[in-house]
Amino acid sequence: MKVKCISRAEEDFTRERSQDLQRVFRNFNPILRPLERAVEYQRAVNAVKLDKIFARPFIGAMDGHIDAVSCMAKNPNHLKGIFSGSMDGDIRLWDIASRRTICQFPGHQGAVRGLSASTDGRVLVSCGTDCTVRLWNVPDSSVMNMDESSDGTTEPLAVYVWKNAFWAVDHQWDGAQFATAGAQVDIWDHNRSEPIRSFEWGKDTVISLRFNPGEPNILATSSSDRSITLYDLRLSTPVRKLIMKTKTNALCWNPMEPMNFTAANEDCNCYSYDARKLEEAKNVHKDHVSAVMDIDYSPTGREFVTGSYDRTIRIFPYNGGHSREIYHTKRMQRVFCVKFTCDATYVVSGSDDTNLRLWKAKASEQLGVIVPRERKKHEYNEALKKSYGNLPEIKRINRHRHLPKAIYKARSLRLTITNAAKKKDDRRRAHSAPGSMPIQSQRKKRIIKEVE
Amino acid sequence: MYRDSRVVWGGISEKKKVKNFTLNKQISNWAKMSILDEEEESKPQQVIRSIDKEMMDDLDALYKRTDELDLKHELDLKQKKYERGDGVKLEGLKDKKLRGQLAVREELIGQSANVAAKAEKWLNSVNTGYLEAEGIEKTWNYKNQDIVRSVDLLSSKKAMDLVLPELGPYTMDYTANGRYMAMAGRKGHIAIIDTQTLKQIKEFQVRETVRDVAFFHNELYFAAAQKKYTYIYNNHAIELHCLKEHGAVQKLQFLRNHFLLATINKFGQLRYQDVTTGFMVSNFRTGLGRCDVMQVNPFNAVVGLGHSCGKVTMWKPTSAVPLVKMQCHHGTISAIAHHPGGNLMATAALDGKIKLWDLRKFEVLKTYFRHATTLDFSQNGLLAIGNGSRVQIWKDNGDQDYGRYMTHDIAKGYQVGEAKFQPYEDVLCLGHTMGISTILVPGSGEANFDTFVANPFETKKQRREKEIKALLDKLPPETVMLNPTKIGTLKPARKKEQPSQKELEAEKEDAVVAVKLAPRKKKTKGRSKPSKIESKKQESIMKAKRPYLDQQMKEEESRKKLRVTEEVQLPKALARFARKKAAMS
Repeated sequence: MKVKCISRAEEDFTRERSQDLQRVFRNFNPILRPLERAVEYQRAVNAVKLDKIFARPFIGAMDGHIDAVSCMAKNPNHLKGIFSGSMDGDIRLWDIASRRTICQFPGHQGAVRGLSASTDGRVLVSCGTDCTVRLWNVPDSSVMNMDESSDGTTEPLAVYVWKNAFWAVDHQWDGAQFATAGAQVDIWDHNRSEPIRSFEWGKDTVISLRFNPGEPNILATSSSDRSITLYDLRLSTPVRKLIMKTKTNALCWNPMEPMNFTAANEDCNCYSYDARKLEEAKNVHKDHVSAVMDIDYSPTGREFVTGSYDRTIRIFPYNGGHSREIYHTKRMQRVFCVKFTCDATYVVSGSDDTNLRLWKAKASEQLGVIVPRERKKHEYNEALKKSYGNLPEIKRINRHRHLPKAIYKARSLRLTITNAAKKKDDRRRAHSAPGSMPIQSQRKKRIIKEVE
Repeated sequence: MYRDSRVVWGGISEKKKVKNFTLNKQISNWAKMSILDEEEESKPQQVIRSIDKEMMDDLDALYKRTDELDLKHELDLKQKKYERGDGVKLEGLKDKKLRGQLAVREELIGQSANVAAKAEKWLNSVNTGYLEAEGIEKTWNYKNQDIVRSVDLLSSKKAMDLVLPELGPYTMDYTANGRYMAMAGRKGHIAIIDTQTLKQIKEFQVRETVRDVAFFHNELYFAAAQKKYTYIYNNHAIELHCLKEHGAVQKLQFLRNHFLLATINKFGQLRYQDVTTGFMVSNFRTGLGRCDVMQVNPFNAVVGLGHSCGKVTMWKPTSAVPLVKMQCHHGTISAIAHHPGGNLMATAALDGKIKLWDLRKFEVLKTYFRHATTLDFSQNGLLAIGNGSRVQIWKDNGDQDYGRYMTHDIAKGYQVGEAKFQPYEDVLCLGHTMGISTILVPGSGEANFDTFVANPFETKKQRREKEIKALLDKLPPETVMLNPTKIGTLKPARKKEQPSQKELEAEKEDAVVAVKLAPRKKKTKGRSKPSKIESKKQESIMKAKRPYLDQQMKEEESRKKLRVTEEVQLPKALARFARKKAAMS
């Protein structure tokens, strides 16, 4: 007879001293874990609910301006700093970590409309309605790290006065040139008091402009004649123009796919375009209920943030039709400018109520140092949410957002309007000759024409 | 050659041995080391040595390869278990992106299964028990006393007899980790025993009939079905709750993942109560009379009930009608047992049969002619069958062909009431009229426990943490279903819709053509007149058309009905017109 029974000596399975770690034994046999899919599903539900509980996106307001914040610029060379300009001509440099003003740049007589920092982070360019372009020396990081702020003010490096009010400025990503927008698009050099060249296509005011992050000589502008125009600095004339049914307030290039840009439109939507193929939008991002005022891409290129006249901020995936997140507070008024920070962790917004607000890019993300075990838990939860995210209950919890009443009402009103328009269109189509009213896709609907 | 090298190996330093030692290539390394050593010492023989070395290398490679192949085969077999079914078939997929994503996922699943298989191979510290016969001996002829004598001291202590003649017959329940046992005598004696130390945790007398006990999620709480009501006690024998709603409960079962206490009472009422909130989840009348056979399927938490009419019904807390009703036997069901894998069920009845059922097809797999009052499956799939004073343990000989493995007779006159395998131990516990006895059944229990699933050596802190975790993972009653693996998967595609008008028309045409073309039957007298032939043909054509015409008429009628109801549902303002129209027509 050959016989053996399971025999476990207690000392082999328990710790010797109380200081020792508990001994852990694993057996991954699926039979020992019945109902594992149900348990995983339950955990996924819990994870989504926990996300809701921990969703506290608002970190704090940065108070200091005495008029509406009109524009912002991030410092590509310094993570903590952000510049903001206001309608009364005040420019401030903020420390995001301590949410204090570090430095002020006085000088503008009218509203500051454009701010931009050079890629090396040394020079700040500002322009405004007082027809001046000002270059400023950006204080170095040692000033930023000072505990006690001296509330330092800085003198401009240079002041260039020009013929017309300016609406926007953007610095080249690689090079010493910058462009301003106003009655026309002017290209400036740091060392010249006059623009080195000017572009004009149509008589209307150019209201926003952005250089391409991949190709330093290409820039896109939008103007009040409802057009989006592409320029190449190497050519003598603008390259291409796209006319839409409504005005584009701002645009931003995708830093990871620099042929694509997204335009924040007056008709509450954002339109993603491929700069090489302007006849059709790549994507229409809907959700805002009022004009979209500003847009900024995350450095990862996977999502972008928009600020709207409806007093909310939304975060969209770069390829998704609807926003994944909406931020709002009672006190936040019309949002004029938004920026993603350079580490893609935070979002800064500037609004009519003179405050800058700091938000988390992921509402329920845990900040600070995370213990490895904690991180593993987060990763596990993320994986669960990913694999069970399409189930109705989890989807519902994940998508649910509390909306201010005004937004909620406006949204349902917009839905009624669009449905009515669609119904009317359908009826017209049904009563007209077949083929005389082809169905137009949403991506093309708002485009009037493309001009070469 | 080989032996030579072994001899030389004896001389090399201890340090080198340790350094080069690996489990897989043990032998080949021994050989290699010896050659290296010798080369250093004896240079003149270098030529011969080099030839030898080549041979040696070949041999090494051979050993290595066969080792690796064996190992790979073994691991592949193990890996299968952890893959949880077949992978996705990627060939038919047109979506490239999805295909890529799925391919990555499949690879990850393969990797984790591989890691789990390796962990099982190398890290499992305890070996499963076994009992093997030598020569012409048979395993079922061994007496349990002999087995107790032959196993190690620690194991032999686990076999015991508690003689409690006055208060029996006894029933018992184990905690999930198998550490604690609650036993209850019919006459009101309840005790909790630590099976590791064989010490009694608590013992008390409730002075009324106790029919069943069931532990909750850990050893701190348990329920006892007593004469009139069910009570919940803690491990200090303090009565925490009296569950009056359940009535005179016959059997208790605790659904561990759902924290539900399932009871069946004298009148055949099945109740589920949530023990965390106290909420009565459901209350069903089985309508099949008194019932005292209840067993939870551990795989899907479906409760199986055995009735006196020979039916087995399966229940979930969210449906008032049973999920399954099976006429299993022609006599009162006396016992049910579920295999931990979930697809196999054993039933026994007073008609003297034991049947094994495939719960995927609900078909009987095997029928054995044998009486049984109690059945139980162990973690490793052994089946204990108790009847009278005799207990048999059956083992799967492949293909669900259960055969004798062990037999055990308790003293004559003792009647086995309940047999239960202890989780994570090779022990079978028998509750009988004269107390409780445990016998050793080598190979019944799972040898390796998982600390995070059920830990027999749990500390107080671990127990507390586990309780919190279990509560966080508590499943809602809706997750009890026959196939719980389909949670989170896609709904199967709907069956094809009804054929369209055109298709029906074509079908009709085909039928008519087939009739027309059919060869005429053999001539019989008086039936070959042309008029007769023609009328016969027409008749058969009409016969072929008939079902289609019938269907058409039926559809039209239903459409008419629909129209009438639509008219009734017209808006108020238009209702008067509808009535007029109806009157006109």
